[in-house]
Amino acid sequence: MDYSRQIFILSLFFLPFTAVAQTTTVNSENWITSPGIIGTLVLVFIVIFIAVLIFMSRLNSYVKLLKHRQIEKKNLAFNEELLALQEEDIDIILQQRKSGLKYRLKGTELGSDQGAVDEKGLIGRVTHEPENPLFDEKKKTPLGIETPDELKKIVTYYLGASVFWLVFGTLVGQYVGMKFLWPEMDHFSWLSFGRLRPVHTNAVFWGWASLAMIGLGYFVIARTSNAKVYSYGSAWWTWRLINLTVFLGTLSLMSGINNGGGEYREYTWPVMLIFAIGLIITFWNFYKTIASRKIADIYVSNWYMLAALIWTTVLAIIGYMPFFSDGLGETVIQGYYMHQGVGMWFMTFTLGLIYYYLPSSLNKPIYSYSLGVLAFWTQMLFYTMIGTHHFVFSPLPWWLQTTAIVFSAGMFIPVVAGTTNFLMTMRGSWSHISKSYVLPFFLVGVIFYFVGSTQGSVQAFRFTNYVWHFTDFNVAHSHMTMYGIITFILWACIYTILPKLTGKEPPQVLVGAHFWMAFIGLFAYMVSLMVGGTYKGLSWIEGNAFLNSVILMKPYWLWRAIGGSLMFTSHLVFAYNFYIMVNKRKSVEPMRVSQVGQVNN
Amino acid sequence: MFDFHKNHKVLVIAALVGFVTLSFIVAVFPAYQMQDVQPLPQQPAMTENEREGLNIYIREGCVSCHTQQVRNIEMDNMWGDRPSIPSDYYYSKERMGVWRQSPSLLGSERTGPDLTNIGKRQPSIDWHLLHLYNPRSVVGQSIMPSYPWLFDIRDTNTVTGDEKVVNLPDAFAPPSGKTVIAKEEALQLVAYLQSLQQTSLPDGREEKFIPALESKQTSGAPEGNDTNSLNGENLYLQTCAVCHQDNGKGVVGAFPPLAGSEIVNNKDPELMIKIILQGYDARSEFATMQAFADQLSDAEIAAIATHERTSWGNTGSKVTEEEVRKIREYINKDLNP
Repeated sequence: MDYSRQIFILSLFFLPFTAVAQTTTVNSENWITSPGIIGTLVLVFIVIFIAVLIFMSRLNSYVKLLKHRQIEKKNLAFNEELLALQEEDIDIILQQRKSGLKYRLKGTELGSDQGAVDEKGLIGRVTHEPENPLFDEKKKTPLGIETPDELKKIVTYYLGASVFWLVFGTLVGQYVGMKFLWPEMDHFSWLSFGRLRPVHTNAVFWGWASLAMIGLGYFVIARTSNAKVYSYGSAWWTWRLINLTVFLGTLSLMSGINNGGGEYREYTWPVMLIFAIGLIITFWNFYKTIASRKIADIYVSNWYMLAALIWTTVLAIIGYMPFFSDGLGETVIQGYYMHQGVGMWFMTFTLGLIYYYLPSSLNKPIYSYSLGVLAFWTQMLFYTMIGTHHFVFSPLPWWLQTTAIVFSAGMFIPVVAGTTNFLMTMRGSWSHISKSYVLPFFLVGVIFYFVGSTQGSVQAFRFTNYVWHFTDFNVAHSHMTMYGIITFILWACIYTILPKLTGKEPPQVLVGAHFWMAFIGLFAYMVSLMVGGTYKGLSWIEGNAFLNSVILMKPYWLWRAIGGSLMFTSHLVFAYNFYIMVNKRKSVEPMRVSQVGQVNN
Repeated sequence: MFDFHKNHKVLVIAALVGFVTLSFIVAVFPAYQMQDVQPLPQQPAMTENEREGLNIYIREGCVSCHTQQVRNIEMDNMWGDRPSIPSDYYYSKERMGVWRQSPSLLGSERTGPDLTNIGKRQPSIDWHLLHLYNPRSVVGQSIMPSYPWLFDIRDTNTVTGDEKVVNLPDAFAPPSGKTVIAKEEALQLVAYLQSLQQTSLPDGREEKFIPALESKQTSGAPEGNDTNSLNGENLYLQTCAVCHQDNGKGVVGAFPPLAGSEIVNNKDPELMIKIILQGYDARSEFATMQAFADQLSDAEIAAIATHERTSWGNTGSKVTEEEVRKIREYINKDLNP
């Protein structure tokens, strides 16, 4: 299969680096941080993980045993009942069985002696070429889920705004990427690199991903709680507040007003306060909706989404509080904030979305609820502790760096738990993937969840950090995760749900074009910056003049720009698909009965 | 009690308390701790002008490409004399008023050079102004953006004496009759860049860098300094090429050429070595050159001088470390008899 080959190539790329990471010692004094110790810790965690699995399978077999006993009891009761039957009764049963065995089909039971008439208008499309020579025909989405109109409208508007910010944010990103090749493209202060870079990151973070997540989340809470959304009005308020945040933030960044240059914290606090208010309103709305659920259990998706909202609110407060941010205090908070912004908000919320939309698009339950819960608590424990791995070898306290590195390794647990869960849910449905236009997005997202997160953990080790830190490798990593994981999963969810809400499907060829351009584009983007970044790091270690590292990056920056162009083009296609899905005009009229008759003749 | 599956209140409270606790352990407490530092004894406070420059540095997003942290690993020793320590940021990382927090100077990308010690490495105001107006006027391969909005282009006859004129090479100069003037902002930004210098630790204490790899440590150059073991070209590119250019031709109107220069080609390298050690400000048509006595060792100066004297068609003789050492001693004696 195509995917497995891509995964193979991908893993080839990572192997040498991980191998090096395990064999080289940077410093022998700090034994706790040596790769060997970290590796051992990982192994211990793996053992614990396997122990948990074994324990669960034991428990499972015990429950099976209990069930088995019950079945035996039933069989015994049945046998006794048979023995107690009268002779005449047995004769009647045997007669019935005899005539049953003699019955033969006439061949007309399904009505093949009648003309083909579609009385109820069920046939949507008739074709005489079932084998399309160019594109594989994908399955149509079973259309229509009964949803309140208000909710439909909210989901559509959230997604609409998010699509706008995606196109805007990546247009800026594309422009900024081209400035590496042509630094003289323009001479306007508002369009200079230093000002536009945060415009790009913040627009795709708070505009695209956040709005899309919340919009998709509203559908999940209503659906899994089997309840009405608590307050539609406050959902609209949040929509306005978040859009206002990104709009004002973009303007202020371009005019040169920023918070001090900390990544993802560039919006000043009055702007970010608007976003935080939006978050708190959304949390309350989600919470009240889930509180009014009509079933006893809280579905695991809602765990993730509620937690993401509450964690991110705490994060924004800690990140912007003035009391502990002078001197290097700011740097500690910066590491904490920028990592948790990704981990506690985007990753956590998106995981919640996968737990609903993946099983729903496969039409089967999630593989293991318990694994989801395990991943949830370990996500909180490990992800929170690793922010300082952005400042390895910096003047921050060595113990803080070490904690970050060790817990980065611990991230394997939630990541493996999550990945296993998703892949096992997909298992047995691989044939669906080639027949669906939604599942490839999920598959890529899940694979990147594993690869991107693991790669991030490995990058935190001191040796790998030695080579890669400060290079373009970081940029590759952040796109691998924010794009490969978050964005691909969000697209999967959007293509899953939107046709069901609006009753209109996007053209399959264009969904395919979107998928392949985004995927190939990301790949070019990632690989070029990883290879270039590695060479850059090695050049620094060699002690070459700094300018050499700029010159050697130029071809890689070109490939990055090419990859970026493909990604951006795919977003335009996606925006068109979105337009098709929500367009008010009626789609193709269902074919009349009389026409079907004509086609058949 | 802990029925997370069924009780949303317990679930939310557990998630909140867990996260807040962990956040305090890993972020809030360490951050508090890190605030509690003193400046080094000789560390100068920032002037009003330099602070304005820092504001411009933040406004233009310089931090997205330039780091200001010398890590404690060997490859970073080209950016400073010692690894950075928390006290270094005592003055520069103060909160910038009510609306903005303390600047994130440490950075996370090194698309451009680290600037921890740029004031020592490149003290020339003329170089900085040229570089800000258009980086490619001094570093041909640079990809840094130009900042023309920090400058005015005016009719030459309206320029008054106390304004700072930027003398550009022909390829970048405005049409004739026009002159490029540095605005207040550009001068403030340069003042800030010039102020970026590492303060040495009291009592001559030295912070060590972690060596790259074991193998490198043992197979390093032997003690008997062999000039050949140092790569003169590489040192030249690191230290000298930003002004004199990698082809040795300099920048007309700012930095004199070394290719074909009389001083460089002179049989006796004494004057050339003196200029490298002490700096040079004898010719008004060029910018001032800084002294390199503190930054470069005798062996390094010998390697660089040899490279300069034997490249780009130059025909000077090689320079030995011994020669440089003698001249250095002579100068020291001269200054402190």
